[in-house]
Amino acid sequence: MSDHDHDHDDHAPTREDDDLELTEGEARFLALKSLLIEGGVMTADEIRARMEFNERGSPHQAARMIARAWVDPDYKARMLADTKSAAAELGIEATEAALVTIENTPERHNMVVCTLCSCYPRSLLGEPPAFYVSKAYRSRAVREPRKVLREFGVDIPDAVDIAVHDSNADLRYVIMPMRPQGTEGMSEEELAALITRDSVVGCALPVEPS
Amino acid sequence: MSEAEPSYAVGDRVRILDIGKPGHVRTPTYIRHKVGTIERFCGMFENPEDKAYGRWGLPPIPLYRVQLKQDDIWPDYDGAPGDVLEIEIYDHWLAPAGETT
Repeated sequence: MSDHDHDHDDHAPTREDDDLELTEGEARFLALKSLLIEGGVMTADEIRARMEFNERGSPHQAARMIARAWVDPDYKARMLADTKSAAAELGIEATEAALVTIENTPERHNMVVCTLCSCYPRSLLGEPPAFYVSKAYRSRAVREPRKVLREFGVDIPDAVDIAVHDSNADLRYVIMPMRPQGTEGMSEEELAALITRDSVVGCALPVEPS
Repeated sequence: MSEAEPSYAVGDRVRILDIGKPGHVRTPTYIRHKVGTIERFCGMFENPEDKAYGRWGLPPIPLYRVQLKQDDIWPDYDGAPGDVLEIEIYDHWLAPAGETT
């Protein structure tokens, strides 16, 4: 094999497109991953399986729970009291150590941020939106939440308080939006379709029924 | 062990400390020295400040959610007077609000 025709089997790319220079973080990640595999600490398959597991979560899982809560007050009470058990009731496996549901009310709108990194209930919701991990959102959501929400198109009147939840330690959060007007008689499945990823982070309101 | 028992009850006024600890701590700078109210006791958790460095983080330590008025965090906060921030703080980063750091 010539120098110009080696097949790169001594390292695996971090991403599909290998034509851009690695950032410092990506280079460090690759080096650490290689060391863990070469040292026999974990196998490449275990790392791949964990990444696959991390991406199994989906906002639709939380949407199913919230839609159930909108139609079933007993379920809602159980979800607010113990979100993991309420997830299990619907066959949803949440592996977060502690999962908490915060309910929006006519008096209070809630939103979530992790100012220190990007803590997020991944097993329930999947990977966070790109804005959620951005430094701009992480620094501004606690400082000027109303302005941030307006930039998302959500105008919360001053008569409604805003509670920002810094997900900085061991708890992970799901926001339960209020059920929109005009949804009487809709099925759970139809209701779940109104509940978007950003609405369970508190950066959007549910879709209005057409 | 006294340090493994919750020291604060819901409604207690607390000051968030700056204990000067370096490394993987979970109390952001912006909230240190601020005063708020215990919103809930979250349970006992392995200390992430130890776990980050290969230790077990035992015994578990109490974790609370502290609610603070935005106006008490940012002097020039632009919002409604009822706006709040809630944040998770471990027991050893708290003192009764009456005590100075």
